[in-house]
Amino acid sequence: MTTKPNQPAVRRRRPRIGLYMLMWAAGLVYVAPLLWMAAVSLKPAREAAAPGVGLLPAFTEPPTLDGPPSMLAVSYWARLAAQASQNYGEVWHSPVADFPLYLHNSVLVSVLSVAGMAVSSAIVAYGFSRVRWPGRDGVFLVVLATLMIPQAVLMAPLYVLFKQLGWIGTFKPLWVPAWFGGAFSIFLLRQFFLTIPRELDEAARIDGCSHWGTFTRIILPLSRPALAVVVLMQFIASWNDFLGPLLFLNHQDQYTLALGLHMYQSQHGGTPWNLVMAASFMVVAPVLAVYIFARRYFIEGVSAEGVKG
Amino acid sequence: MTTGPARSLLTGLAWISPWLVGVALFTAVPAAMSLYYSLTDYTLLEGPVYIGLDNYRELGGDRLFGIAVRNTLVFAITASLSATVLSVLLAVLLEQRLRGAGLVRAIVFLPTLVPVVSACVCWLWLYNAQFGLFNSVLAAAGIDGPDWLGRRDLALPSLVFMSLWIIGSPLLVCSAALKDVPAALYEAADLDGISRLGRLRHVTLPMISPAILFNAIMSIIWSLQVFAPPQIMTGGGPENSTLVYSMYVYWNAFIYGRMGYASAMAWIQMLVALGLAGGVLGLSRRVIHYRAA
Repeated sequence: MTTKPNQPAVRRRRPRIGLYMLMWAAGLVYVAPLLWMAAVSLKPAREAAAPGVGLLPAFTEPPTLDGPPSMLAVSYWARLAAQASQNYGEVWHSPVADFPLYLHNSVLVSVLSVAGMAVSSAIVAYGFSRVRWPGRDGVFLVVLATLMIPQAVLMAPLYVLFKQLGWIGTFKPLWVPAWFGGAFSIFLLRQFFLTIPRELDEAARIDGCSHWGTFTRIILPLSRPALAVVVLMQFIASWNDFLGPLLFLNHQDQYTLALGLHMYQSQHGGTPWNLVMAASFMVVAPVLAVYIFARRYFIEGVSAEGVKG
Repeated sequence: MTTGPARSLLTGLAWISPWLVGVALFTAVPAAMSLYYSLTDYTLLEGPVYIGLDNYRELGGDRLFGIAVRNTLVFAITASLSATVLSVLLAVLLEQRLRGAGLVRAIVFLPTLVPVVSACVCWLWLYNAQFGLFNSVLAAAGIDGPDWLGRRDLALPSLVFMSLWIIGSPLLVCSAALKDVPAALYEAADLDGISRLGRLRHVTLPMISPAILFNAIMSIIWSLQVFAPPQIMTGGGPENSTLVYSMYVYWNAFIYGRMGYASAMAWIQMLVALGLAGGVLGLSRRVIHYRAA
């Protein structure tokens, strides 16, 4: 974060303990749900179904002569690890939900959508930034306007369309549309392409490079950071999508992780909370991992949504 | 060979052709189809039968439709207002150059990326009446917590509260705007001896008002479409107190099999969303401070 000297030194010397407390309270509130989700997923079923605010399980069942194990003992952590692998193993091999298969489906759909979105949006963005043609900027406004259309409006007719194409019950409704570009990705890439100096393309043109050559040899290699943002945003969108799979998939074998988790949770009615939370955490974990390693790109992607306003 | 401008137009259209085909196939045609279906009786088993404006007339007497409209408006107004205000407060707080602000910013942004189903499952547990975190905390303070999602007066406010967890994008928009406020303005305010609160009121807020407006609009548009949380967490209950618009469209289209009726509702939703966005934009032109670019 860059900071500007917009506060004179006098102000900095004031006690700011109140501000610190507010800030860390906000941080705690925002991290709490995920923290407890992870915590509950490590507990034995009995403890998960009992009131309590503790993050770590106490392992009071079955009672032993020495009382509950101490958290300082190695045996406590061994037991925690055993409980964790038992919970996650039970979810992974659940008889009611085939999570390995859902993982496979989610990865397949995400990879296909991400590839399509990156390739097609880059091509379209080139047409909106590097090729001069009459009416270009007017058409670009239409691209932005499509962002405002509520998804619910298209729910019913898209279903009818995909049914007529014979795509209901296949993965196609979830990834084929991505191959035609997305308004947000096009916008983001166009803005980035506009920052690349035109002299570079002009030099390439003089050397006899076609538009396609300029695109693949100059623009794309220089646009890796913007492409990374598009890839990550689209990965999140596909991975997290709930409505698409709910509408267009009709067989359990095709479920994605998000829909599989929904089915798993509603079948259980939430009762073995440790298992439901473990399943839920499994769906979040890849997102968390990507976020930790690529936070910068997400911040850029979401900030870009504000610029277009 | 064609002439210059025509040729460049063709080249341009060729480059954007993926989007042109996609928007026609997956947006324009479905939207037009939806408009046509809204004038028909269409059950998916049989083809659409033209019935004029009957669907729209029927909506007027549909009790559940009225409930869905009311719930959605309550949700959208409270959720978008509070999200907009909260994002400003958090952005200003995180801009105070406190140690650890980067980490807190990362934490506050994180839930925005959490899959909605996971978020809902997690909050179902948080809200659980017997052993959820909220009631466990309340119990520790000697308070008998209510069944948050099971009471008809609390279920919708609970969903609004949960929606404030997803605040990453308005927060980033506000933060970006705060960084753009010229330092000279703060210095001038300090020379004038304006208090910290006065500085916020007279310098910061006017300068970031376009960002606040943008957040308000996006937030309203987003919350008018709310679907997954009530669908997953309450199923519209108890007693339809969380039945929201998109959910009723979904029920009609895919559970009752009334595509035509659902399409009429969807089109009303589209017009309202666009009208609201335009209205907010128009209203605020007078109050909002735009910098000369």
